[in-house]
Amino acid sequence: MSVLQNILKQNPKSEDYLIETLLSLQDAKDEPCISEEEIADIAEYYGISPTRVSSVASFYTLLSLRPRGKHVVQVCRDVPCYLNGSENILEAVKEALGCDIGETTADGLFTLEETSCLGNCDGSPSVRIGKKTYENLDSQKVKEIISGYREAK
Amino acid sequence: MEKRILTARFGKIDPLSIDDYIKNGGYEALEAAVKMESDTIIDEIETAKLRGRGGAAFPTFIKLKALVGEKEKTRYIVCNADEGEPGNFKDRHLMENDPHQMIEGMIISAYTTKAKKGYIYIRGEYDHSIAVVREALAQAREKGYLGKNILGAGFDFDIEIRSGAGAYVCGEEFALIESIEGKSGRSRPKPPFPTTAGVFMKPTMLNNVETFANIPHILEMGGKAYAKIGTESSKGTKLISLSGNIANRGVFEVPFGVSVKDAIAKLGRGVADGRKLKMVQLSGASGPILPPEKIDVPIDFDHDIGAGAIIVMDERTDVVDILLRHAEFFEHESCGKCTPCREGNLHLVRLLRKVQAGSATADDLRVMENLADVMINVSLCGLGQSAPIPLATALDGFGDQIRDRLAQTETKENA
Ligand SMILES: Cc1cc2nc3c(=O)[nH]c(=O)nc-3n(C[C@H](O)[C@H](O)[C@H](O)COP(=O)(O)O)c2cc1C
Ligand code: SF4
Repeated sequence: MSVLQNILKQNPKSEDYLIETLLSLQDAKDEPCISEEEIADIAEYYGISPTRVSSVASFYTLLSLRPRGKHVVQVCRDVPCYLNGSENILEAVKEALGCDIGETTADGLFTLEETSCLGNCDGSPSVRIGKKTYENLDSQKVKEIISGYREAK
Repeated sequence: MEKRILTARFGKIDPLSIDDYIKNGGYEALEAAVKMESDTIIDEIETAKLRGRGGAAFPTFIKLKALVGEKEKTRYIVCNADEGEPGNFKDRHLMENDPHQMIEGMIISAYTTKAKKGYIYIRGEYDHSIAVVREALAQAREKGYLGKNILGAGFDFDIEIRSGAGAYVCGEEFALIESIEGKSGRSRPKPPFPTTAGVFMKPTMLNNVETFANIPHILEMGGKAYAKIGTESSKGTKLISLSGNIANRGVFEVPFGVSVKDAIAKLGRGVADGRKLKMVQLSGASGPILPPEKIDVPIDFDHDIGAGAIIVMDERTDVVDILLRHAEFFEHESCGKCTPCREGNLHLVRLLRKVQAGSATADDLRVMENLADVMINVSLCGLGQSAPIPLATALDGFGDQIRDRLAQTETKENA
């Protein structure tokens, strides 16, 4: 059975599980994004229109219809992090990755995004990579963390 | 200055061990509740004067009463753990340090209202909270606090976690309900309120994590004793989230009535690195921005404490930079359903960028003030209604600094 079929089977067949399904599917893939084909399959499974699926997928920022790198790097841009130097962190991340906001590195390993507040303001400035939040960052730590991901690939 | 009720077990129990929770008084309130009449429980919560901790400060007993009074028997209990307002992180601390008190509060609410199903909607970025709560639910189920015939009292109730997917607006009650239904998070016009037509159009009691977490404590100490804590308008304690340029960031629990100024000085140990205070924002991105001379106000529901965020900004901070960042946040997070918010936030961002660049005129400022007025008055949900609050309050406290930016422009243009 395909990855998607397995995920669909995890929850009752009811369209209120659409967001859960989309999140699980993204988590299970090497590249966190939802393809046209998957949208069609999901729509058929729940008996809803593909437009309904894709509009939900584009509404939520954790979901993506655009191909993204293996690790999505999200830098918080809101005030509590800003007050603690997030602008420098963003610059350090850009430099370490060699790409700009919204871009994916050439090796397909990282996509850089900005994010709204991560709810980690007691550890600001914070960055979320994949499903892990890093806190109390400075430029040096950013470098080391990104190198760590590069080495682990 | 601190009064630790909800945070009393923090650091003392293993959040992943229900036995630790039970050994420290956990689930005793539920044991007592299932021997009580529904009305008696509601009376206790009314006597305690418990009000919602998610920002709107609505009396909790009214929601319980409304649900009980509905003809429709399918009812839902929903816990709002979306916590997306910048500067707030206390619900994360509650879930990750002592998850069962929120769950116990939900079970007591279910017993009181005969709801059979509950949801905890946790923002998708809170991976660790989701993991802790998932384990806590499994353990509660195993011990018979969730499931069929709970504690032999003849009532069934279970809870499911729903993950958010990165949308601040989903903290708004109807947007959250839409999201639970698997849709884009867009609000609905009120009335009807969720207590009449919430999840799947069924009666729904929706409350914040901290609100639910208070319920077991109220039953334990009794509504009367609980109402002795706090101020006339605001009873009990409040979890506050201190952030920004403050020496000691973190979550603290204080009785209502402690002043913002004292909380910053004593719990937060003042402005970081010995710098001078420039301004304080209460409640989060949508709250008022206050100058130092206005922060000697009590933490209570009459002074815009919202969900409890206190963001401290030092002398290096530029008020226009802050307003622009907030405006960009709201512009990004607006669900786009209604025009005043969708268009209003776009224009505010555009105009604030002009102010920042030094090219705005006095007319631009008047447009911003009018826009703010319209957004506050006619937006469909709280997001649009509160987005211009920082601007409106900053014009009060820091109007000169903002107008100075315009005056310079005009001189430049005239030169
Ligand atoms: C844009 C917006 C975001 C909100 N976010 C949250 C949130 O993250 N958590 C929360 O409990 N309430 C949030 N609220 C308030 C909820 O709509 C609702 O009033 C609250 O959850 C009710 O619970 P309470 O009575 O226990 O406070 C938000 C409101 C708005 C307008
Ligand atoms: S006020 Fe904003 S977030 Fe709320 S319904 Fe209108 S557009 Fe959506």
